[in-house]
Order: sequence, then structure tokens, then C-alpha cells
Amino acid sequence: MTAEATNMRSSLYKTDARTKRRNAAEARFRVYGMMAVGFGVLALVVLLSTVLGSGFSAFRQTFVTLNVPLDAQVLDKQGNRNPAEMAKVTTIGYGNLLQAALVAELTEKGMHPEGMKAKDIGGLISKEAPAQLRNMVLANPDLIGQTVTFDAYANGRIDGYFKGRVTMESAALDSNVSPEQLQLADAMRANDMMAMKFNWGFIFGPDASELRPEAAGLGVAILGSAYMMLIVLVLSLPLGVAASIYLEEFAPKNRFTDLIEVNISNLAAVPSIVFGILGLAVFINFAGLPQSSPIVGGLVLTLMTLPTIIIATRAALKAVPPSIKDAALGIGASKMQTVFHHVLPLAMPGILTGTIIGLAQALGETAPLLLIGMVAFVRDYPAAPPEGFMDPAAALPVQVYNFTQRADPAFIERASGAIIVLMVFLLVMNLMAIILRRRFERRW
Amino acid sequence: MNDMSLTERAVDSNEIKIAATGVQVFYGTTHAIKDVSVDILDKTVTAFIGPSGCGKSTFLRCLNRMNDTIDICRVEGDILLDGEDIYDKKVDPVQLRAKVGMVFQKPNPFPKSIYDNVAYGPKIHGLTRSKSELDEVVEASLRKAALWNEVKDRLDAPGTGLSGGQQQRLCIARAVATSPEVLLMDEPCSALDPIATAQVEELIDELRENFSVVIVTHSMQQAARVSQRTAFFHLGNLVEYGETAQIFTNPKDPRTESYITGRIG
Ligand SMILES: Nc1ncnc2c1ncn2[C@@H]1O[C@H](COP(=O)(O)OP(=O)(O)O)[C@@H](O)[C@H]1O
Ligand SMILES: [Mg+2]
Repeated sequence: MTAEATNMRSSLYKTDARTKRRNAAEARFRVYGMMAVGFGVLALVVLLSTVLGSGFSAFRQTFVTLNVPLDAQVLDKQGNRNPAEMAKVTTIGYGNLLQAALVAELTEKGMHPEGMKAKDIGGLISKEAPAQLRNMVLANPDLIGQTVTFDAYANGRIDGYFKGRVTMESAALDSNVSPEQLQLADAMRANDMMAMKFNWGFIFGPDASELRPEAAGLGVAILGSAYMMLIVLVLSLPLGVAASIYLEEFAPKNRFTDLIEVNISNLAAVPSIVFGILGLAVFINFAGLPQSSPIVGGLVLTLMTLPTIIIATRAALKAVPPSIKDAALGIGASKMQTVFHHVLPLAMPGILTGTIIGLAQALGETAPLLLIGMVAFVRDYPAAPPEGFMDPAAALPVQVYNFTQRADPAFIERASGAIIVLMVFLLVMNLMAIILRRRFERRW
Repeated sequence: MNDMSLTERAVDSNEIKIAATGVQVFYGTTHAIKDVSVDILDKTVTAFIGPSGCGKSTFLRCLNRMNDTIDICRVEGDILLDGEDIYDKKVDPVQLRAKVGMVFQKPNPFPKSIYDNVAYGPKIHGLTRSKSELDEVVEASLRKAALWNEVKDRLDAPGTGLSGGQQQRLCIARAVATSPEVLLMDEPCSALDPIATAQVEELIDELRENFSVVIVTHSMQQAARVSQRTAFFHLGNLVEYGETAQIFTNPKDPRTESYITGRIG
């Protein structure tokens, strides 16, 4: 070996320039990657913390606890407990009862502010409370004549005061609430006549008018969304899986099936509002299904979800090793047996993932629902399925949209609260998917 | 390779199990099998040898109509199993495949238990009437595949958890369980180590008692070790077919000779 050759031989201990460059490039790439992940995580944290931060308060609400004497003279003049007669007493009658009860209790405790009008004292109680009391009495006429302890919603401004949304200064400028009322509210709270409690009404109650944010709930929207998810699941999973199996395993490969394939992929990319227009034209105008109903929403969302499920299912079917199919066919299983005994079980985890992604998309979808009238203000719960599928209902994402459209700032926390409920829905669905996937995933 | 034993390997049977005449196979426009005629004897191991891509697998897959699963594949000519045309319109390939079992190149047990792997064929063909009968079939099949002693204590264990050689024997047991009359094997040992290969080869020799076995192999030594008859394929043509001893010691065609002596690979 010549001296020159020895010199040219490089040492492993010394990194050469080329390797250094490559290592530097790799290090840079890692930094970019970490930056991208960090950015994503940061965005998520900010998003979640804002939503959670402003939404949690929606689940707690200020209540006025009152002992209300349900005077038979007022509520049932005939004394025969005839529901038709009793229904003639309007919410105004009940409102007067509540107001009187509150004034009486304040007077008894020596808290009655001097010179404050009864009407202003009654103004501390939500305008929704009389209706709730009335419903309670009509549902259970035996209560008449008794004194019941009733948790009435406090007026939204009072609730806002305890949540820091309303201040003495803003109240002075506000025609809906006065600083005196806020002072009284402080006093009542100190006396345990008013308290913040968990507000089940927000989750289970119906929506309320723009002027009564304290009473607005998500019950109808949750039910509507649940109905729609049920429809989407029941329709799109079997349809999507059947279509995918047919396309993947049985259909001949020709121009026509190619065309179908391309169109399914295109369909997945169609903006969701287009499905809304389609739903309006076909399901409502042509088929005559009722507007704003879960059935129409469910059908529209099914159309939207189908391509997602089909694409995911086909990918899952494709991923099953052909050797397993050969094995089954080779011992004389029919094509259908091969698919149902071997291919489908192996593809199941992938199908479930696709289905859940599709359902999650459908759950959060707002635009098409606006077009089919689900944006309407609905206070009545839809009936139990299947008739309930035809009843007007709201949907969670549209409810979020509705809340944000309203003037009263009290609806901001409710919009965030609705988003939290929506996310809990998603979380539950994802959990179910994970559990199901675990069950289907082979241990080998 | 034990050349000494070649001459001792007499063909026991002269009954024709499968008679193929004028078989042509096309993949789209590719002409993969060109006018091949072969008679495969009962209770005999027939080896298909030849360089890679010459159409051995293609021809083998014609014998149980596995080519039907390939859209672009077209088969012409006659293939008779016990005198019946397997490509006749009346024939359901599903029934055919119960009679003509197949073992693939790569062991492909189902991702199920060992028991379920073997029991699957009898179950779908309704071959057994009770659980105990099925148990018997499973045991007998595993014994025939020389696997029983190794797995009898863990029939519930996953078939995919076995070693490569065991997996391949499991696949053989699975094929045997439907009591086929012909067993097709496409390079069954190519994914196995020498010890597992020896076990499978021994097994093939035993299987000959009950079945007609057709084995594709790229190893001439293997063909010489296990088969009684050998067919040499080249570029889609059947070049030479005869007793294994004759093919290996006294080939008639120069192409066979060059292949055997290692000049065509
Ligand atoms: N599925 C297929 N599609 C198209 N051509 C194929 C297919 N399978 C095999 N061929 C072609 O047929 C010929 C024979 O292949 P094959 O039977 O697999 O050969 P061997 O098993 O002898 O190696 C090859 O030219 C191969 O390219
Ligand atoms: Mg091959």
C-alpha cells in the first residue's frame, strides 16, 4: 500500500463534511417537526382552555330558593282540580304568586329594602320561573293548597352579576337591572336565599327566548343530535359497508366501476352545504318530509357520511392480506364466506375508525342543517322514536350557532357550554370506537 | 440429493387423476401457458419444475380454478378431474376446491386458533355432524400433517403464533381436513428453513398414500427427493414430462438438460 493511499483512507473517528451536512439536515428536520407538533398542541390547548374557561360557568346557575304557598283560591277557583280550568291561570298569575312569596319572605327576614317596589323585587326572579312553576302544578295538581319549596332561576343579569359579567356600573346604565336589585341579590345570597347550583336545566331543558338566557338549555338539541346520529349510523354503516364490499370484492373492474369510484371520492370532497341544498330540494320539497326534523337532518348527514365510510372501509378491506383470501378460497370457501368469515373481521377495526370519523364529522356539521330549517327555535322535545324523527328538533352545532347570534352576553357562556357538551359527545363516541376496536382487534 | 434412490422410485399407480389437454392461459394479452397437456396420476407426487416466471404456478392454479379470482386471467383447453371437465359451466369452483386442496408458497394460516384453522374447511362443507366428529377430523388432519404432537396441548393458541414450518404444516392439515383427492402445493418450502423443509418433504411422501400431490418447486433437489413424476416448464411450454428418474438422469430435451445442469436459471 502506498503512502498516498494510506493518507486517503479516512478515519471513522472523524465525521466527514458530507455526513455532517446530512446530520445537520436531519437535525433541522427534527426541529421543524417538533415545531409543527408544538404549534398544533399549543393551538389545541388555547382552544380547549378558552372553551372550557368560558363554558364551564354555563353549567352553574343562580337559583332563588322560595317557599311558595300554592293558593287554591288563585290557582283553582272552582276547586274541582279540573286541568282544563286550572290551565286558565296564566303565567302572570304564577308570577304574582312567586313575587308575593319573595316579598313576604324578605319582609319576614327584615331584608325588605325600603321603598323598593314589589315589581322590582320580583324582577330578581327569571321570567321563565312562573312557567316552570305552572308546569309543575299542572303536572301534579295535588300540590295546590300546599307550600312548596321551589328553586326559581334568578334573572340572567343577577346570575351575570355573580359570574362577573354584570357590575354595579353597568347595571346603572342597564334598563333591565338596577344597582339596588344587585345589592338585594348580594344580601339574599348572604342569607342563603340565593345560591349557585349545578344547572341540570342547561343540559336537559329546552331552549329559551333571547330575553331569558338563564333558562336556555340544550335538551332539544341533544335529543335532535342523538336522533340524527342514530339515523346516520343505522343508514350509513350498513349501506357504506355493503357498497364497499361489493365494490372491493365483487364488482368487475371496468370503466363504469372506475367512474363510480372517482365519484365517491369526489363526493367526499363536496362542501357540506351542497348536501343541505340537496336535502332541501329532495327530502323536503320533493319527498315532502317535515322541515327541521331529525329524519331530514339524518338523511342529509347520511349522504355526507357515506363517502367517508366507503373510502375508509375500502381501504380497510384492501389492507387485508390477499394470502388470507387465497387461503379461504383455496379450501373451497365461497366468495361471500371468504369476505364475511375472514376479510370483514380483519377489516373491522379500520371500518369502525372510519365510521367514527364520519359520525364525528356529521355530529359537528352545521351548514346543511341550517338549510333544512334546523335553525328554527324549537322548545318542544321531539317524541320518542320513530315518530319523533318527524318532529321538529334542534341540533347541537346549530344551537351553538344560535346562541352566538343572540345579543345578551349571557349566551356566550352558553355557546361555550354547548361546545363542551358537543365535545363530550365526541369523546364518548371515540371511546366507544376504541373499546369496539379493542374487541375486534385480534390478539395475533 | 440422493441420486441412488431415484431409480427405486417406481410409480405405484397408473390411474389418471387429472387429464389436461391443450391448456392455454392468458393474462390479458400475455400468453402465460402455451398448449400444455399433462396427465397427473393418482397417488403420485408430480413435480413442476422450471425457471422463475415459466408458468408453473399459473398452471397449478388452473387445476383448482384459483385463476378465476384473477379478473384478467383466461383459461382455454380441457382439464378433466376423474373424467369431468372442471371448467364446465355446471361446475361450481367452490365444490371443486374442496376436492382439490391447495397449499401456498407463504404459510397463510387464518388469524384464528389452530383448531379453528383446521376445522374451518369441514365446517363450511358440512363434513361433520357433531363436535366430537369435528374433533376427530381435526386430530386426524393434524396427525397427517405431522403436527399433532407439537400442538395437541394448545389447540386454542393462535395459528399465526407457530413457527414458519409449523405454520406450513398447519396449512397442509387445513387442506387435508376437507379430505381432498388432489393436493396442490405451490413452492411449499420456499419460506422454510432446511429442517422444516425436510419435515414437509417427508410429509409429502406420506400424503402420497391417500392423495395425488402436485408440487411446484424451484429446487431440483426437492423434485428429485419427493416426486415420482416431473414436468419441466419453460417459457410457458411444457418441455418434458416423465418419470422423475428419467428426467433427471436422462433428459430427452436439450433445454431440460441445460436447466438441470444449471445452464438455464
Ligand atoms: N396475476 C397475474 N397477472 C398478470 N400476469 C401474471 C399474473 N401472474 C403471473 N403472471 C405472468 O404469468 C407468467 C407466469 O407466471 P407464474 O405462473 O407465476 O410463474 P412461476 O410460478 O413459474 O414462477 C409470468 O410471466 C407472469 O408475469
Ligand atoms: Mg410461482
